[in-house]
Amino acid sequence: MTQFSFPKLAIEAGNLACRRGGRLIFEGLAFRLGTGEAIALTGRNGAGKSSLLAMLCGRLRPDAGTIRIDGAPEIAPIELSHVVGHRDGLKTALTAQENLAFAQALLGDVALSPAEALAVVGLPHVAALPVGYLSAGQRRRVALARLLVSRRPFWLLDEPMSALDLAAQDMLSGLMRAHLADGGAILAATHGPLGLDGARELRIGP
Amino acid sequence: MSRAFLAILRRDLALASRAGGGGELALVFFLTIVVLVPFALGPDLNLLSRIGPAILWLGALLSMLIGLDRLFQADEEDGSLDLIRASMLPLELAVLAKGLAHWLTTGLPLALAAPLLGLLVALPGEAMLPVAATLLVGTPALSFIGAAGAALTAGLRRGGLILPVLVAPLTVPVLIFGVSAANAALGGTIPFSTPFLILCALSLAAIVIGTLAAATALRQGE
Repeated sequence: MTQFSFPKLAIEAGNLACRRGGRLIFEGLAFRLGTGEAIALTGRNGAGKSSLLAMLCGRLRPDAGTIRIDGAPEIAPIELSHVVGHRDGLKTALTAQENLAFAQALLGDVALSPAEALAVVGLPHVAALPVGYLSAGQRRRVALARLLVSRRPFWLLDEPMSALDLAAQDMLSGLMRAHLADGGAILAATHGPLGLDGARELRIGP
Repeated sequence: MSRAFLAILRRDLALASRAGGGGELALVFFLTIVVLVPFALGPDLNLLSRIGPAILWLGALLSMLIGLDRLFQADEEDGSLDLIRASMLPLELAVLAKGLAHWLTTGLPLALAAPLLGLLVALPGEAMLPVAATLLVGTPALSFIGAAGAALTAGLRRGGLILPVLVAPLTVPVLIFGVSAANAALGGTIPFSTPFLILCALSLAAIVIGTLAAATALRQGE
C-alpha cells in the first residue's frame, strides 16, 4: 500500500458554550485538533461530551463561540469528518454491505470497498445480513467499518469502545493508530482508555 | 455529487420496498378510504360519480400524509442525517432526492391505482384518465409540502401528531385545483386545461419552495 497522507488541516474551536433546555452545560471551551493528533474527550455523565460532538456535526448550534477548519474556513468541519456515535447511522432493513456502500457513495473519497472494510473489522460473514439481525457489538463494528470505506481526515467518535469485545477494542486502537500515522486526527469521547499513547485529554467540567 | 444524490434516492426506494418500509401502506389506506365511502353514502350512483373525483383526491391527500412524519425523523433518530450532512451534497439536493423517493413510492402508485379505484365510486369511463392525470401532476406538490413539514418536526418525539395539522392547510390550493380539474373532465363550463395547468404550476412551485424550506429547517438543528 502506498503511503497516504492527509493535507495539513485543523479543527479550531474557540470559547464554545452549550445550553440544553435553558441550562448551561459548559462554556469557555477551546481546543485545536490538528493533523496526527488525538484528543480523548472526558467528563462525567451529562458534562456535554455528546453535545460537543453534535456541535461539530452541525446538529446542535453552539450558544456562543465558533468552530472552524483552520486552512479551509469555508468548509464545515462535518464535511471533512467521519462520525460514529450512539446513533450509528445504520438502517436496520438494509444489509451491512448496502449500508457501507451507501455511506461510501455519500461521503466520497473512496478507500476500501465495503467487503474489504468488513473483513478488516472481522465481519466478512455478515455482509449480506440485514443490520437489524446483528448484535450491538457487531453493529458498532459495521459502523466503524464506515471509517475505512472513505477517506476523511477527522474521526469524531462517541464512546467508540462501547459494546466492543477486547479483540475488537485492540482492532479499533490499531485502526486509530494507523489513521494518526496517515496524518489524520481523532476526537473521541470516552470513559475508558483508547489505547493511544499520544492522546491529549480534554476534560469538560470538573 | 450525482452519485450521492442517486445513492439517497436508491436507498430510500430500497427501504420503502423492504419489510416495514411503509411503501404499500399509503396504497392500502387509499383503498380503505375509497372502499368505505360508498358504504357510507348508500347506493346512489349519481351522487357517487358526482363526488367521485373529490373522494379520490381526499383519499390520496390523506394517504400521502400517512407515514410522512418518518421522512426525516427516521434518519434523524438513527444518525443517517449526520451522514447526509457529512456528504458534500448540498442539503437541498439531499431533500430533493428524499422527496422524489417519497413521491415515487406513494404519489405515483396512488395515481396509477386511481383509475381502478374510480370504478368503486362509479366514475365514468372517460373521466378515469383525467383524474389519474390530475393525481399524477398534483401529488408531487403534496410530497414536497409534506417534506417541509416533516423537516420541521424531524426532531420532535411525537411529530406524527402535529405534522398533518401543519401540512393540511398548505395543501388546500392543490386540493381545490386538483378536484376542479378532475371535475372539469366530467363536463361543465371550464375547460380541463385551465385548472390542470395551475395544478402543474402549484406542483413545480412546491418542489422548489418545499425543498428549500425543508433544507433550511434541517439546517437550523436545535
